[in-house]
Amino acid sequence: MIAKLNLWWMIFRISLAERLVYRGDFMLSTFVRFLPIITQILLWTAVIGAGDSDNIKGMKIGDIIAYYLLVTVARAFSSMPGLTHGIAGEIRDGEIKKYLIQPIDLIGFLLVKRIAHKLVYYMIAFVPFAIVFFLLREYFSGWPPVHTLMAFGASLLLAFCIGFFLEATFGFIAFWWLEVTSLMFIYMLMNFFFSGHMFPLDFLPDWLRNIFDCLPFQYMAYFPCAVFLGRMTEAQVIHGLWIGLGWAVFFCLTANLSFKWGVRRYSGFGG
Amino acid sequence: MQHQKPPYAAIFWTVARNSLIREMTFRVNFIAHSIALMSWTGLQLVFYNIIFQFRDSIGKDTGWTRYPFFMFLGTVMVVNSLMQTFFMPNLREFSEMIRKGNLDFVLLKPIDTQFLVTFNRIDWSSMANFALGLGVIVYSMIQMHYMPTPLQFVLFPFYLLVGVSIYYSTVLLMSCSSVWMGRNQSLDQLWFYITTFSRYPMEIYQGSLGVPIRWIFTTVFPVLLVVNVPARVLAKPLDMDQLPLAGYAVLVAIAGLFLSRMLFKFSLNKYRSASS
Repeated sequence: MIAKLNLWWMIFRISLAERLVYRGDFMLSTFVRFLPIITQILLWTAVIGAGDSDNIKGMKIGDIIAYYLLVTVARAFSSMPGLTHGIAGEIRDGEIKKYLIQPIDLIGFLLVKRIAHKLVYYMIAFVPFAIVFFLLREYFSGWPPVHTLMAFGASLLLAFCIGFFLEATFGFIAFWWLEVTSLMFIYMLMNFFFSGHMFPLDFLPDWLRNIFDCLPFQYMAYFPCAVFLGRMTEAQVIHGLWIGLGWAVFFCLTANLSFKWGVRRYSGFGG
Repeated sequence: MQHQKPPYAAIFWTVARNSLIREMTFRVNFIAHSIALMSWTGLQLVFYNIIFQFRDSIGKDTGWTRYPFFMFLGTVMVVNSLMQTFFMPNLREFSEMIRKGNLDFVLLKPIDTQFLVTFNRIDWSSMANFALGLGVIVYSMIQMHYMPTPLQFVLFPFYLLVGVSIYYSTVLLMSCSSVWMGRNQSLDQLWFYITTFSRYPMEIYQGSLGVPIRWIFTTVFPVLLVVNVPARVLAKPLDMDQLPLAGYAVLVAIAGLFLSRMLFKFSLNKYRSASS
């Protein structure tokens, strides 16, 4: 047991060190990623200003900008750059063999590695995030109560789990398809739209919103933001957290099963 | 010995033809890429349709109501697709040519280096958004029962070319930096963020935040002119107020092409081959 823990700890430390090499690039790219928020502020100010009321479906300009800022936080948890393509590439090139013969669980390995990468990202990106949020603090109406913050934290963890296991599942599909680029493109397209990354889902007509509610995407962007901004009742938050947990467990199962079944049909050649 | 001018038109035609043949070799990939590009653009249309469910225009008294604004969006699509089809893959490749030393082979050829770097290949699948953009413009015109004047028919393509020239000069200036940096992988990222600012009508750049940005992106990096001028020529009635902006855009395009040409030549002088 201790040996196993040491192993995971070692993997975590190596991944952490590996990621810290690119800290300068991380910080710069995080800053740059906030640039479109400027055009969002201007666009939504113009849109709101064009009407008689100061809100759209109960969201004032401050709520909308705060929403877009919070989406960047939620996406920092749920997006998994390179995960699917990395897995698919290793399956295609035969690199995956090394994980199959070593006494290590591939999904666990990828998870620890991803946690390390994310922690480095949060440490480094904290400075640009703090600066941007400070500069745009007027769009927030203060800190939410502690229980909301706790629910927000839980929703971010769920966003991470859903994002990780969902993208890992797509990666393991490469056992059957080899190339998953087009599949990932469709996923990214759907995620951008259905998760609330593009605009707050509150703006959708009710019939469309009902469809979106049946999908897992909103737990990767919209749900954490809506929790933080207090756009949900306590009951809705608890209900949403349970559904989100359900999706996380579901995708954890799909990732494990697709890996297990994929390995059965996998053939590795060469040294 | 008599120096003969290289047959640029024939070379361009050959490049265009060969690029199309290459893309047709992987037809499914060509179709998939075209659909993918149109899907992303289609999402933008959905997004603005949602906005227009709540408001009649983008900005108060700006004139950018639903269909004029969709003509603006169509212009964004057309300009971006022209850039992606003709220039972006080549200027991206220019950076790699410098890093790997492959620029040597281009320099050895008896033809203008900038021409060869700029028109190395053509990404025909990106023209899907050109068709979609034109479709959006025509659809908006039909909805508005609007027929542009013959002058607008002439000025619109002219100002599209002016816009594309401004974009081209900007990207060429950025990609020339590869000579000094050795590698410039952030070209696409920079391109994306620059085009973010040019995708909206000038009228939204208001207030203490918008006015300085509007100034920066019409003078220092004049990308706000790229879409705004041709879209205005088409979507808004021609009047005297637009003349200074239209004239300024032409001047900026000429100055941009001249400056980027100068920097390109200067950067070639500083180029050190990476090969043996």
